[in-house]
Amino acid sequence: MINVRVEPTRNRTAPPDASIRERQIVLATRKLRFWYGDKLVLKDIALDISEREVTAIIGPSGCGKSTYLRCFNRMNELIPGARHEGKVLFRNHDLYARDADPVAIRRRIGMVFQKPNPFPKSIFDNVAYGPRVNGYQGDLGEIVEASLRRAALWGEVKDDLKKSGLALSGGQQQRLCIARALAVGPEVILMDEPCSALDPIATTRIEDLIRELREQYTIVIVTHNMQQAARVSDRTAFFTVDENAAGELVEFDDTQRLFTTPRDARTEAYITGRFG
Amino acid sequence: MSALLRPDRSPRARRRTLTGGVFRIVALLATALGVVMLAVLLLDVFRDGAGEVDGSFITSYPSRFPERAGIRSALLGTGWMLAFTAAMAFPIGVGAAIYLEEYAADIWVTRVIQINIANLAGVPSIVYGLLGLSFFVRFMMLGRSVLAGSMTMSLLILPLIIVASREAIRAVPDSLREGSLALGASRWQMVFRTVLPAAMPGILTGTILALSRAIGETAPLITIGALTYIAFDPSGPLDLFTVLPIQIFNWVSLPQQEFHKLAAGAIVVLLAVLLLANSVAIVIRHRFERSRR
Repeated sequence: MINVRVEPTRNRTAPPDASIRERQIVLATRKLRFWYGDKLVLKDIALDISEREVTAIIGPSGCGKSTYLRCFNRMNELIPGARHEGKVLFRNHDLYARDADPVAIRRRIGMVFQKPNPFPKSIFDNVAYGPRVNGYQGDLGEIVEASLRRAALWGEVKDDLKKSGLALSGGQQQRLCIARALAVGPEVILMDEPCSALDPIATTRIEDLIRELREQYTIVIVTHNMQQAARVSDRTAFFTVDENAAGELVEFDDTQRLFTTPRDARTEAYITGRFG
Repeated sequence: MSALLRPDRSPRARRRTLTGGVFRIVALLATALGVVMLAVLLLDVFRDGAGEVDGSFITSYPSRFPERAGIRSALLGTGWMLAFTAAMAFPIGVGAAIYLEEYAADIWVTRVIQINIANLAGVPSIVYGLLGLSFFVRFMMLGRSVLAGSMTMSLLILPLIIVASREAIRAVPDSLREGSLALGASRWQMVFRTVLPAAMPGILTGTILALSRAIGETAPLITIGALTYIAFDPSGPLDLFTVLPIQIFNWVSLPQQEFHKLAAGAIVVLLAVLLLANSVAIVIRHRFERSRR
């Protein structure tokens, strides 16, 4: 089931774009530092996220994985006392520029949360929520069906779209949340431990779905589960915490390479289960 | 045979069991007292008043002849006042709650406002009556009208609605707010499409309780000078009016026994109006809750 593209070994000193397949960088951070109040939680993170790939972020608890992910759709600014320095770029545009609108950003960069959070509305209204708030004028029924199909949920719910989203099982709820995110038509989907509240079978279905979505979307997934990162991602970033409990990026590489021949001793210790 | 499971017969253990039993009985008596008092009250009022309530009692104006007297103008006045009070207090109260919960920064000014709203809920109602008299009746020159009375009542119940609505809004999980914003909703879309519908059952419960209080309040309306003898139907917001509690108060203060029976009849009607308002609101609330399931 491992779905990692094998690519020719490249010169490690070359920039990441220098591989055979031309990589389009969609998201990037440069010297990103992040604080909650006085506490530094992310330390100088520089990372490039390529188009139509699955990028996994792994690391021990408290290493700032989720915080990092939430910088990309500006969800952190809802938290009082949160601030950052450095650049967060989306197709080379600064996401935190003065004229950047968080609402516009979130329409292009969707998110799926750790705990499935369907609205207390019908399945149809859940998926139609995004198009509606964005003033979509076309056929809502069409977009709801297309999104549910893409999220591999249509077959299970097509006969009771009026049923409440909360009546679905946990795994179905999470696929509903994915359908809901897709209905807005984003380019990027951020996933914050999307399977951590699900059983193994539901997890497998979501992972299959992630691999399908990869054909059309750029996906960044935070996960606690190293096997999951190995199964679904093209590249993996390993974060850890330093002695002051600030999160830092240790290693970022092709998933297969990171899991087979890690360069950093800390990565090796983590993936072989010696800590974390 | 295990000594572990045999009851402890030491004096200390017996005393402990006894104390527990006594406390249980005291608690039971305290509960029973409330229930019994309510039952006696209801029985007494119904025995005196149920016979008085008939068609002509509802449709007649007050009169100095007990057999001809009715509650028509008082019932209509209560209806008018309730409608205007709800129309003013509900949007303002919910609006204030939304601002405090969803928009206001958590700085000391906000906290002072919040504490003061909680304090306002405890201010005696007659103080609101004095405010209504000097501001609405005299300064705004609304006179002793339905509008002046409704505005005074709105002020009285606003803190209750705000406090209840804030609790309801705060109980909406943040995951729904984040889910909404992550789909590109603006802040007001998040509030109106997600937070408010989810909080509505709680908001309605608080509003019902507040309006029930407004139905029964007498002191502020006496203060602003709502009349007791109204022999016409209030037909607009600027008309003079009276309400059921004032009519009841008036009849009870007369010496004749017949009027006391009329008062009991009016109390029965007042209680019926209260129960009706509550049940309507419960139906609305259930509809909201069903749509969420």
